[in-house]
Amino acid sequence: METRQLDIPVMADLFARNERPEYLFWVGCAGAFDNRYVKVARAFVKVLSWLGVSYAVLGKEESCTGDPARRAGNEMLFHMQAFRNIEVFKQYGIKKILTICPHCFNILKNEYPDLGGNYEVINYLQFLDKFILEGKLKVDHSILENIRITYHDPCYLGRGNNIYREPRDILKSLTGSFVEMERNKSFALCCGAGGAQMFKEAEKGDKEVFIERTEEALRTEARIIASACPFCMAMLTDGLKYKDKQDDVKNYDIVELIAQSLNL
Amino acid sequence: MAKQIIFTITLLVSLGFFLYTTKRIISFFWLTKPAFPVKDFWKRFNVMLNVAFGQTKILRFPVIGLFHATVFWGFCVILFGSAEMIIDGLSGSEKVLKGLGIVYNIIVGSGDIFGFLVAISIIIFLSRRLFFHIKRFEGIEMKPISHQDANIALLLILLLMISLNGMNSVYYQYQTLNNLPLFGVYPISQFIAALFSGLSNEVLMILYQVFWWTHILMIFLFANILPYSKHFHVFMSIPNVFLSRLEPLGKLPNMDHVMKEVQLMLDPNAASLTPVTTVPVERFGIKDIEDVSWKNYLDSLACTECGRCTSVCPANITGKRLSPRKIVMDVRARMKEKGPGLVRSGKEFNDNKSLIRDYIQEEELWACTTCNACAKECPININHPVIIVDMRRYLVMEEGSAPAALKAMLSYIENNGAPWQYSPDDRLLWAKDIEMNVN
Repeated sequence: METRQLDIPVMADLFARNERPEYLFWVGCAGAFDNRYVKVARAFVKVLSWLGVSYAVLGKEESCTGDPARRAGNEMLFHMQAFRNIEVFKQYGIKKILTICPHCFNILKNEYPDLGGNYEVINYLQFLDKFILEGKLKVDHSILENIRITYHDPCYLGRGNNIYREPRDILKSLTGSFVEMERNKSFALCCGAGGAQMFKEAEKGDKEVFIERTEEALRTEARIIASACPFCMAMLTDGLKYKDKQDDVKNYDIVELIAQSLNL
Repeated sequence: MAKQIIFTITLLVSLGFFLYTTKRIISFFWLTKPAFPVKDFWKRFNVMLNVAFGQTKILRFPVIGLFHATVFWGFCVILFGSAEMIIDGLSGSEKVLKGLGIVYNIIVGSGDIFGFLVAISIIIFLSRRLFFHIKRFEGIEMKPISHQDANIALLLILLLMISLNGMNSVYYQYQTLNNLPLFGVYPISQFIAALFSGLSNEVLMILYQVFWWTHILMIFLFANILPYSKHFHVFMSIPNVFLSRLEPLGKLPNMDHVMKEVQLMLDPNAASLTPVTTVPVERFGIKDIEDVSWKNYLDSLACTECGRCTSVCPANITGKRLSPRKIVMDVRARMKEKGPGLVRSGKEFNDNKSLIRDYIQEEELWACTTCNACAKECPININHPVIIVDMRRYLVMEEGSAPAALKAMLSYIENNGAPWQYSPDDRLLWAKDIEMNVN
């Protein structure tokens, strides 16, 4: 099969050539640095490019949104990060932002406006769901058709921002065998990593949250646990290893599954 | 006439005590900080219709939720009957609203049915609490007094309903026995009336007065006990829902003064634009009760300790010390403890205790994942993560206290703009060598 090298457009380069992309793709720290989640960012740009979307990334000019700082109680540091990012957005006249990380999505969409940063912030699942609805993103249904898939709701998409339908519609367009966990949608159990928990050990208890959630996912007997958040991904991957199930059950991000189904 | 006088005096005494309680609580509200401006009246009205009157959130636990909804809707209907009793008591009239005809029949009839249904629901609630081990009703914050509190309120409601149906049944029996016109319809009590057949007119009259007085005195007593018990929620939950935070659950409130400070620091132009007249902030975040917002305090008064929040909390489920219900109950208890002193002696009052550490441990605060399962579940829209983060704000910004790993994360963000130790120069490494199939 023929392949081609994908060049990721960077905002500063495009501006130097006087080009104005329609969207900023906000990669997020996990998309840039987390070994596992980097693959999700890569899958997403493949899909973007397949769809012919006009976008660019900030590259070295991107910096943490300040979400973990804010949720860890350091409001000062959050404002410093946000101030800096808003200045960069201003400089490039950013109006539309595409995000993959739900934490970045939530803070850019809901909290930056309090600081005067108003953008149309779109989560990648909403974005891709629209293309599917419009018939512009037709996947090869046969690839995942018979694979049982369950979905773990990230708190900051689900309860945080009421995005429940899109991930399910997308997954149902990929597989004929979608299955819910016992606690799903607004009842979904957290993976244990939100609110800056990702960066610390859990408090003393009798179980890790990610194990509780992984066990619930395993009870569905799904072969794939689909997720939509870098922290959830880290937790579920750990959970599968802990349960020694990493060979039988895989954790993929929804956009990785789309890329697979598009054979990209 | 004697009945009127006694009734008026009882009513005045109850109202007087109620007024005293209200004033006391309002004086506590004056100690609190601003939360958000109350705008969007229609949106709030809608939330109130849905969540309070529609009971949509309590019905997320459908079976037991329906019993609660029955009690709530029953209370709403029965309130009309209570209003009539108060007018009757004051003016010496008998069923003063009977002139309303069909409307009266509907009010009295549904009140009669609901009285019975509420009684059944309360018996179910009581048996759940007394004979079954329901995990949701347990927890470190649930002391014997909390259980007592619940049982007393339930017993009072049960008595209210028994006296209501008793009154209706005796009335029905008396009127039919003497071929007198019957005002209102009594779909349930007409059957209960059989219990009173064979009794003489005099006995029926006395029984009627006993039920009538029991019912009205219970209402007065109930209304005055509520503010001192967790069942204050009967009064406070509807206002609390009306005054809900309307933002998406994922959104945290902004600290405007911190924002301004950062802007002044980083933007040289801002200094000339914003006059530096902002009032100095006494404290970042929440350490003690005088730092909480009116909304935090209102939440704590409206909480009925149902434990739905704690039962869905991932930290609590996995055995951590955090219990969202405890946080809310601690706010209420701390205000009860420190509030009177603050009202008496002003801000300077100090009892050498604080909400953080004497009530709430850091371990609880750091266990929260801000997943918002608690806030989503709360039947009256209490928001726990907002106050938890506000307490973290105090710990981090005032004391520099946080788990070591979080301090490291914060310094990575400060130094290299990511929560991990990676150079900003490496931010494009992920985008290297992406091969894509052409198809």
